[in-house]
Formats: sequence, C-alpha cells, structure tokens
Amino acid sequence: MNRIIKIILLDILKSKIVLAYTFILAILSWSSFALEDNSAKGLLTILNVILFTVPLVSILFATIYLYNSSEFIELLLSQPIKRKKIWISLFLGLSFSMIAAFFVGAGIPLLINSPDSVGIMMLLNGTLITIIFTALAFLSSILTRDKAKGIGIAIMTWLFFALIFDGLVLFLLFQLQDYPIENAMVGMTALSPIDLARIQILLHLDVSAMMGYTGAIFKDFFGTSTGLIVSFLLLSLWAIIPFIISLKKFNKKDL
Amino acid sequence: MIEIQNISKKFGKLEVLKGVNLLCKKGECIALIGPNGCGKTTLIKSILGMVLPDNGSIVFNGKSVVGEYVYREKIGYMPQIGRYPDNMTIGQIIEMIKKIRNTNNELDEDLLKAFELEKMFDKQMRTLSGGTTQKVSAVLAFLFNPEVLILDEPTAGLDPLASEILKEKIIQEKEKGKLIFITSHLLSELDDLITEIIFMQDGEVHFHKKVEVLKAETNEIKISKAIASILKQKQIENHNPKLAKVS
Repeated sequence: MNRIIKIILLDILKSKIVLAYTFILAILSWSSFALEDNSAKGLLTILNVILFTVPLVSILFATIYLYNSSEFIELLLSQPIKRKKIWISLFLGLSFSMIAAFFVGAGIPLLINSPDSVGIMMLLNGTLITIIFTALAFLSSILTRDKAKGIGIAIMTWLFFALIFDGLVLFLLFQLQDYPIENAMVGMTALSPIDLARIQILLHLDVSAMMGYTGAIFKDFFGTSTGLIVSFLLLSLWAIIPFIISLKKFNKKDL
Repeated sequence: MIEIQNISKKFGKLEVLKGVNLLCKKGECIALIGPNGCGKTTLIKSILGMVLPDNGSIVFNGKSVVGEYVYREKIGYMPQIGRYPDNMTIGQIIEMIKKIRNTNNELDEDLLKAFELEKMFDKQMRTLSGGTTQKVSAVLAFLFNPEVLILDEPTAGLDPLASEILKEKIIQEKEKGKLIFITSHLLSELDDLITEIIFMQDGEVHFHKKVEVLKAETNEIKISKAIASILKQKQIENHNPKLAKVS
C-alpha cells in the first residue's frame, strides 16, 4: 500500500496545482490576519475563506485527478494488486496532499495568530472538510465515465453545499418563522458538512452571543461536549459514507 | 491451467460474451481470432479481472479468480492500446512497475535491450509514437518471467524489425513451456508461432482446434487460407443451406 501512496503523492506534487493552492491559502490567511485589528475578526474572515475555497479546490482537484489517472488505474489493475487497495491508496494520497497543503497554507498562520482552542478547532474542521470533499469527489467521478459530466457533478455538489443549501435553510426559516422550528434547524444542519463546520466554529467565537434565540438553541446542543462529539461523528460519516459507496462501485466497475 | 466455464457478459443491452467455455493448458500457444467486436478483448480482460463477467467462472491453476489478485503475478499482459500516465517517462514507468511487483525473481530484460529502449528512458509517455508505446507494453509484459502471456494484438503498430524481435521472443518463451494467448488479425504472422486456434464470433467460441487438425481438415498449408476457407464455407451455409450440402 505504502509504495502506491508514495507514487501517487510524488505525482500530485509534480503537478503544481497543490503548490499553487498552498500559496493562495497562505496569502488569504496571512492577509486576513494582517487586515483586521484583532484576531477574532481575522478568524471570521478566514472561516469564510476556508468554508468556500477548501471544499471547492478539494472536490475539483480530486475529481480531475481521478479522471486523469484513469490510465494509471488501468495499468495498476493488470498488476497483482487488490482493487480496493488501488482505490484506498488514491484516496489516502489525495486527501493527504490536500491536508498538507491546508496545514502549510492556512494552518501555520492560524496557529501563530490564534494559538487557542478556536484555532485548533478551525484546523480540525478544515481537515475534515478537505477529507469530506475528497470523498465526494471519488463518488462523483465513479458515477460517470464522462469527464465533463463528472466535473459537472462535482461543481454542482459544491454549489449545493456552499450556496444552495444555505438558501434553502433561509427560505424555510422565513416560511416557517411562526412555528417553533429551532430544534429542527439543528437537525437540518447535519445535512450539510459545510454548515456543520461553520456552526461548530462560530459557537467557539464570541460572535455567537449575537445570534439570538436560535443561536442559544444551537449553543445548547453544539456547545456541550456530547453535541461536539455528535457533530464530529456526523462530519466523519460525511467522509466515510460517500467513500464506501464509491469503493463498492469501483469494485464492480469494468475497465 | 486456465479454465473458462460458461462466462457471459453484457454491456448494457449488448451481449459481448455468450456462454464461453475454454480450456487452456501449459505449453500451448493459442491464437484468439475473430472479427472486430466479437469479444476477444473482453474475454482477455475477464481473465485479468479488469472486466467482471455476469455469470460463469474463470479458474486459474485450480482456483477461481473472482476477487483474487495474487494470480496476476503469473500473467504478463500486453494491452491492445497501452495507456500510461502522460507525465511519466519510460524509465519511471518501468521502475514503478518493478517497485509495485517487488519480486526477487530474475527480471527478463531481453526485450528492453533488443528494442533499445534504454536510450529513451527519459522520454515522457505522451511524446511517444504508437509503436514505441507498444514496445513499452511488450517489455512490461515479459519483464517478470510470467507463466502466462496475454498479448492483445502485439504486432499492431510495430515496425517490421521490432515485430520480428517480438515474434522471436514469443517463440523462445513458448519453448520454455509457457501458456501464450495472442489475438491478432494478421493471420500470416501467426503461422510459425501458434499451436491452437480459437475462433470467436458474436461472443461465442466458434471452434477451438489444434492447428494441424485445422490444416488437415481444410487441406491448406497456411493458417490464413484455412480460416478463409472455413469462413467461406460458413457463408454459403448461412446464405443457402441446401447448397452447402451439395458442395
């Protein structure tokens, strides 16, 4: 397994996209800390950057990489290697390189400017979001043989979680504002990994005091250690389930 | 050595293999021939586990290959169209496969020398011509001294010199008692190579015969003519069954 992961890692490093991604993350993080006068505001800016760019780059890069390595996968399949091993190695190689880019790009400024629980929380959530969207990329690339369609699915997935889902939640909130839906709202957030991560981090910042009654309900759930564990479990499920489905499909695929 | 029992495969609505049965033993050199799209490559890919058949079983050395992978150590596969990662060089590809196989067995680098690929080790795969890519595929297929060689149109795209080198290598390996599968459309090239012929049509094995038997039945000296006369015979049967009886 290690040999294949090593080959994949070297191959990813050779395409300079990951380096560019690291560089961009670094510029965004350093500049948002430099522009704001206190680190809490800087964190908020970074939060939005992380929740927007990290999923997009993870899902797009992974999908394109998978389509481009179809030859490599084919070559490996005629060698004595388990199918599962090929797919898992690809997943580990890709998520590892994306996580490394995130750590170097955003992790270093975060830990220097905000070396407390919020900074670590942010790192953890960024890592999970990276893994989740890599897993979703594996799912979208196995669904269709057509590269254009696959990338389309990947972009739609990102668009849904980053924009459309929030719109839907907002719409529901306004439509049902006469009813007590706060608890249902907590449940709704489980349906989007980006929202889960956002709420987790927001509740660790002081701004959560300004979020009103719904914020209090959220704090009631996510603020407790049980809520924290449950939400991390949910995030892990968001990574595991899409990947397992894609693994099952890959095992049955004809090449 | 390889036993194929009643395998069938559908791609969507298209039935590519319809209950194929085959038995191949050590030391045989088998030509798999048939018109385009008759299921040759699908059959080969099923043996390699790249295509998973809908029904039936494939047994390699007494063990079913479903879900297995270790048996592929004993197979050298040369694909019809070799597809390799674009940004890797010839040297990197060969080095990578060596690392993945990680064997202590002696490597067979005859073809590497004969094709003079060492000179081009730092050329990237995307810059290679079709023929050179074929050479790389051939080198990789023979590199680990496999017991079974599966060659999908090995000489297509090779220049006459290279294809002669490859043919000699195949004969050499055949004399070591290996099982060799070749698919080809150039029947004239097969004459001094093969011992058996499998003729496939529309996803079915039409016949599986020893070369001598086939030649004797059709009174021809060359394989190409023998096959041609069988095909003609078949055509007559299809068009006019009565006529076939008379002739």
